Amino acid sequence: MLWVDDYRPRTLNELHYHVRLSQRLKSLAGSGDFPHLLFYGPSGAGKKTRIAATLNELFGGGVEKLKIDQRVFITPSRKKLDVNVVQSNYHIELTPSEVGNYDRIVIQEILKEIAQTQQVDVSAKHRFKVVVINEADSLSRDAQAALRRTMEKYMTNLRIILCANSTSRLIAPIKSRCLLIRVAAPSHEEMLTVLNHVAKRAGAGLLPQDMADEIITDANGNMRKAILVFEAMKMQSPDLSSSPPIVKPDWETYCYKVGDMIIQEQTPQRVMEVRAKLYELLSHCIPPTIILKTVADRVVQKVDESLKADIMHWAAIYENRMRLGNKKIYHLEAWVVKVMSLYKQFFLGIELGDLDDFI
Amino acid sequence: MTANFFQARGPSKKKTGKEKESIINPSLQPWVEKYRPETIDDVSSQEHIVSVLQKTLSSTNLPHMLFYGPPGTGKTSTILALARQLFGPDNFRTRVLELNASDERGISIVREKVKNFARQTPRAETVASDGKKYPCPPYKIIILDEADSMTQDAQAALRRIMENYARITRFCLVCNYVTRIIEPLASRCSKFRFKPLDSSSARQRLGNIAAAEQVPVNQAVISTLISTSSGDLRRAITYLQSAARLSGATEPPTPIFPQDIQEIAGVFAQTVGVDVPPTQSGDEDIDMADVTPLTVKADLRGFDLIRETVKLLIREGYSASQILIQLHDIIVEHPTLTGRQKSACALTMAEADKALCDGADDELWILEVALRVHKVSHPE
Ligand SMILES: Nc1ncnc2c1ncn2[C@@H]1O[C@H](COP(=O)(O)OP(=O)(O)OP(=O)(O)O)[C@@H](O)[C@H]1O
Ligand SMILES: Nc1ncnc2c1ncn2[C@@H]1O[C@H](COP(=O)(O)OP(=O)(O)O)[C@@H](O)[C@H]1O
Ligand SMILES: [Mg+2]
Ligand SMILES: [Mg+2]
Repeated sequence: MLWVDDYRPRTLNELHYHVRLSQRLKSLAGSGDFPHLLFYGPSGAGKKTRIAATLNELFGGGVEKLKIDQRVFITPSRKKLDVNVVQSNYHIELTPSEVGNYDRIVIQEILKEIAQTQQVDVSAKHRFKVVVINEADSLSRDAQAALRRTMEKYMTNLRIILCANSTSRLIAPIKSRCLLIRVAAPSHEEMLTVLNHVAKRAGAGLLPQDMADEIITDANGNMRKAILVFEAMKMQSPDLSSSPPIVKPDWETYCYKVGDMIIQEQTPQRVMEVRAKLYELLSHCIPPTIILKTVADRVVQKVDESLKADIMHWAAIYENRMRLGNKKIYHLEAWVVKVMSLYKQFFLGIELGDLDDFI
Repeated sequence: MTANFFQARGPSKKKTGKEKESIINPSLQPWVEKYRPETIDDVSSQEHIVSVLQKTLSSTNLPHMLFYGPPGTGKTSTILALARQLFGPDNFRTRVLELNASDERGISIVREKVKNFARQTPRAETVASDGKKYPCPPYKIIILDEADSMTQDAQAALRRIMENYARITRFCLVCNYVTRIIEPLASRCSKFRFKPLDSSSARQRLGNIAAAEQVPVNQAVISTLISTSSGDLRRAITYLQSAARLSGATEPPTPIFPQDIQEIAGVFAQTVGVDVPPTQSGDEDIDMADVTPLTVKADLRGFDLIRETVKLLIREGYSASQILIQLHDIIVEHPTLTGRQKSACALTMAEADKALCDGADDELWILEVALRVHKVSHPE
């Protein structure tokens, strides 16, 4: 098992940071009038960990006895959908975005089923079961609509916990029905505490301060990433005091390379080379939005101040088109060409300007 | 009791033995359900609607209706309360059919359900088991809740259904966006617009709930509940409950402060806009539209400064939609920006809002808005 899993806090008391939030969750879980919740915040901030700890507070350790089921749903057009559901006696966990546009069917079926069954365990602390919905921000409009009345009607048997990165994509009536729980990324010091804690529990010896600082800065608030990188570095060079270089994920280095290529040369030839690299990234299942953002961040570090805002503007525009369109590569490539042309124009502009002075 | 009312219509309704068991302690309901209005007189703030519906109670004549308005303003509560007052507990099940967005609402399914439901002829008992008298008019009510998520085709088909069964059914369509209901359908209904709750009604309702739950709250707390929930009573009630649980967790209970509500509601402290990291409060007169955060490394300038600020906001977990709303309020009221500048900002924010609705990336669009607002408010 990985350290991120091994040393993941199990209860609200063990959670390291956002102590006031933990208290708030504890006070909510202490009572049967527990509302629906919506956890949101950046990746690796600890949403899932906090949800699991809240379930633990609600029902006790029994929530950790998990079964994984393959469930089959049939769409009205007779298509079969396979969905993995993780469940305990007290809760069930779904990632409906796995089935794309059919998510409404899955949500509907599972919620009705839960709503109509009573808690089997008579000694359970609460009458309701909890349905955890991951990646709630990618639920379709239809699926969100289907949640609305269900969330009210079956309150006695059912509570919903939604987990999302952002609330922007959730419709207002859903936000109205939940208590919103913002989970901010931990601060530098908070991450340091967690890393030291993990180092101690893993028996990894003392974590040198400068190495810790480097890991934390690189992780940009993502606790999971920090622990993963730390473990990888420990594997590569068991003697941490020799201060090994920080382990970067391959795709990140690769994206930087793409950024550099755009800056070095702006020719049709280069566009083809960049495209090959982008394809490579996509084929390794790196989400296109992440690719675009990482490359753009690299590019703006290297260009003149006056170009930066424009480059990010087009990144925003093309990212949006990418979501609406079908072929991700078209839009990534269009952005690359746009940036190259901006960059070239900028230099031509300067040269022409210089000429102006002479004439 | 509202709780049992829903429970009884729930799946366990056939097993009478079970039903007894499942009568739950009402104090364990989330407060939004516990304090759902039981009669239309309990509905706050929508006086006009209530007075019209009161008349229908005595005349027992009901038109088809279309309720629309933002979330948490009492639409579903009103129609359920009205139906209950018309038919009483015994006849409710046979007289009222509720179809919402979680039910299959394809054309054929709706037609089938309505047909079956409307077939059984209404039978009136005027004195119900609870000893009260109910008007029990000779028609059935079909509630199509969340009707804005019905397809256009299904809505079109509904027109015929409404006509075919007009003698013995009344339809009530409930939705957030009246524009999503096709015109021929909307024109067959009396329209009722539910307003966001005005602050005095909301204040009163929240005060009553707090009193009933014995939560000590002062007016400042209630004002914060109201200002953070923007006319959505459901949200205000949830915040209140959450604050009450937190304060009750200690012995003796800790008093509730307006800041607690703000924290629960997830807004930044009042004086802090997009330009200042939310953990930082105070400093009344920061130039809000000026993207110059205080805690970001002091040596940053221009683009890098804005980029770093946006990164921080995203790390703090704020969603773009929330940031936009707050930034919008700040800019609209901004004392020094010109009308032209404000319009330019509004344009950017509108674009961002559209993009976000299409599912675009939060960080990229907040950055886009911040850069543009900065440019507009700092003309060279
Ligand atoms: N006007 C009101 N008077 C009293 N209570 C209200 C009112 N509006 C909302 N509430 C409270 O909020 C809860 C939700 O209200 P309701 O279900 O009627 O909202 P809705 O208008 O149908 O919202 P949505 O559009 O999200 O379905 C109710 O249970 C009640 O506690
Ligand atoms: N409060 C915390 N204290 C200590 N470690 C934490 C905490 N929250 C998260 N972690 C660590 O970070 C990892 C990632 O957290 P996770 O809950 O999966 O993030 P998210 O769901 O927000 O993406 C966990 O596996 C755990 O090891
Ligand atoms: Mg996660
Ligand atoms: Mg409703």
